[in-house]
Amino acid sequence: MLEILDLHASVNDTPILRGVNLSINPGEVHAVMGPNGSGKSTLAFVLAGRPGYDATQGSAIYEGQDLLEMLPEDRARAGLFLSFQHPVEVPGVRLDQFLRAGFNALNKSRGLEELDPLKFDRLLRRKVKSVDVDPQMTRRSVNEGFSGGEKKRNEVLQMAVLEPKLAILDEPDSGLDVDALRSVAQSINGLRTPENALLLVTHYQRILNYVVPDRVHVLVNGRIVKSGGKELALEIEENGYDGFEEAADPTLAQTTSP
Amino acid sequence: MTITAAPEATPYLRAFESLEQDGHGQHPDWLRALRRDAIDAFTNLGFPTARRGNEEWKYTDVRPIARAGFRFSTHLSSPDPNITAHLESLSDPDWHRLVFLDGHYSPTLSSPPNGVTAVNLPDALDTHDPLIQQHLARHAPYGSHAFTALNTAFLHQGAFIHLPPDTVLDNPLHLIYLSTAAETNTLAQPRTLAIIGRGSKAAIVETYAGPNGVPYLSNAVSELILEANSSLDYFRLQQHGDEACHVGTAQAVLGDGANFSSTTLDLGGALVRNNLNALLDAPESSCTLNGLYLAGETQKIDNQVVIDHASPHTNSRELYKGILGGRARAAFHGSITVRKDAQKVDAKQEDKNLLLSDKAQVNVKPAFWIYADDVKCGHGAASGQIDENSLFYLQSRGISHEQAHRLLVRGFANEIIETVGSPSVKSLINNLVKTKLTKL
Repeated sequence: MLEILDLHASVNDTPILRGVNLSINPGEVHAVMGPNGSGKSTLAFVLAGRPGYDATQGSAIYEGQDLLEMLPEDRARAGLFLSFQHPVEVPGVRLDQFLRAGFNALNKSRGLEELDPLKFDRLLRRKVKSVDVDPQMTRRSVNEGFSGGEKKRNEVLQMAVLEPKLAILDEPDSGLDVDALRSVAQSINGLRTPENALLLVTHYQRILNYVVPDRVHVLVNGRIVKSGGKELALEIEENGYDGFEEAADPTLAQTTSP
Repeated sequence: MTITAAPEATPYLRAFESLEQDGHGQHPDWLRALRRDAIDAFTNLGFPTARRGNEEWKYTDVRPIARAGFRFSTHLSSPDPNITAHLESLSDPDWHRLVFLDGHYSPTLSSPPNGVTAVNLPDALDTHDPLIQQHLARHAPYGSHAFTALNTAFLHQGAFIHLPPDTVLDNPLHLIYLSTAAETNTLAQPRTLAIIGRGSKAAIVETYAGPNGVPYLSNAVSELILEANSSLDYFRLQQHGDEACHVGTAQAVLGDGANFSSTTLDLGGALVRNNLNALLDAPESSCTLNGLYLAGETQKIDNQVVIDHASPHTNSRELYKGILGGRARAAFHGSITVRKDAQKVDAKQEDKNLLLSDKAQVNVKPAFWIYADDVKCGHGAASGQIDENSLFYLQSRGISHEQAHRLLVRGFANEIIETVGSPSVKSLINNLVKTKLTKL
């Protein structure tokens, strides 16, 4: 589904990613873990196409297409979704209208029916129920005045509506208390199918107790320095990232396991 | 005459004398004296064209108005079918309506409400003379404001509205001031006097409109008197043609516990100046003054808002927003005075601008004059372009760059539109804004 090869990327001409390799298949859950500043969010933004996040070397092939050449909206239409670590407030744009615009843009690009407000409202009500958010939220301006928890739930609601093939979740748990975390994780699990895949970017292991990864990758200094099964996350929880910093020294060989 | 008239005032002075001899002579003495007083003030003041020390007109140069020598249209033009069709697009069929063409009342196009006085001013002189005499031109000062003086000097027709105590107007009252601009450089001077009785409630919508492609001047003055515990939702929808000049002055005076809410929408015109003055004259009165100005090409839009907290326990909220494209220029000048004994005043002023082009420009000038010590006053001003983060957020959901841009611009305007309580007014404003935004 997604094949990342030797990906280098810069933000404002500062190199952040320095050769990332990653392969994701349908149905899989991958977790990218790393300390602050390791390039986790950069990886997420480069894949989603955020302006200012420039790939300088390497490739990212998504379902046979060169992802890095595509406009952000075309990536979304091709089934890619990014759940933002810091969802953006959009004053004056109602959530239900925003979601309908996105939903219809996706449907249109796939030759499917665009829904009028009435029909979309019916669909939205179902989705709202399935991910357990306050129905009133959809009548408010996107993220404006939302609590931290509401913003995170809103990202999951958007994922539920847009039904992506590959969802990149950037710290979906940051700022959530344990109960909210469990509930958000349950909603994410509810959206999993054998056909879609998740790339979960996180600093802490705790969400992986609920959304269990098939593969865990440790990103340090812009490189994946180790990959393994879910037990790797527990190892990090135990020992922190200290042991990996050395391995990330660019003068040393990369120690990515197969 | 002992006053030496400014040269650009001469044609108006001549027009004044000829009208006084012509038909206006039959008006009551007090009205004739008022007009005489106002023309004297105008000839004395002249147009505010000085560039030095002219703080009130710092950002708007009215020399084009002074030079043009606008002429009055002397009679009511017969309403041609185009105008009738145009009216339907300006209004809502359920609203009460008074229509003025070039300042002349058109009974055939109007549909006044029952049970409430909403008539052409001369028609009310027999029945309401003391009330009119008490208020007309007593609130909007003409001694110091040239455009108000010019309007007052020719005061004849206009809308007179009187709600007796404890009356609720069921539907908005629409005052349509249409410039037909049948000839080039015509002048119309709309006039409104509204008295909202104790405990009464109304919505008044003023529409100012005219054709594209021809220069004309519209110089409007509205006086709004809100008696104790009354409430007025007041809208000014300015939709003039692309070569029009418009000066609109509104003065609201608030009694005990009165609530004044105003929305000024600017869409048209080449050169536009709005003055909005609210006098919070009694305790517990409050006002919310909102504005939305959308300008493109070389449009110039200037809003001056003056709030006078003359009484304690009064509060004011002010939010103006502008969306500017092309080489448009806008100015916002918000002044708030809190008088010496007006304690416990709460005032907040905000002006935000979205610039769609790097050639568009806005000048914002807040001014606070606070003479009381126990008050809460705040202000904020911001100008910027579309937020790149927001654009990307929308695009990441599959929305095209173009549509995302449109949604964000719309969203910026929505903050003002959402404050409109009446659904039918909101829907009219929504459509007007939507149409204008496609042209920016």
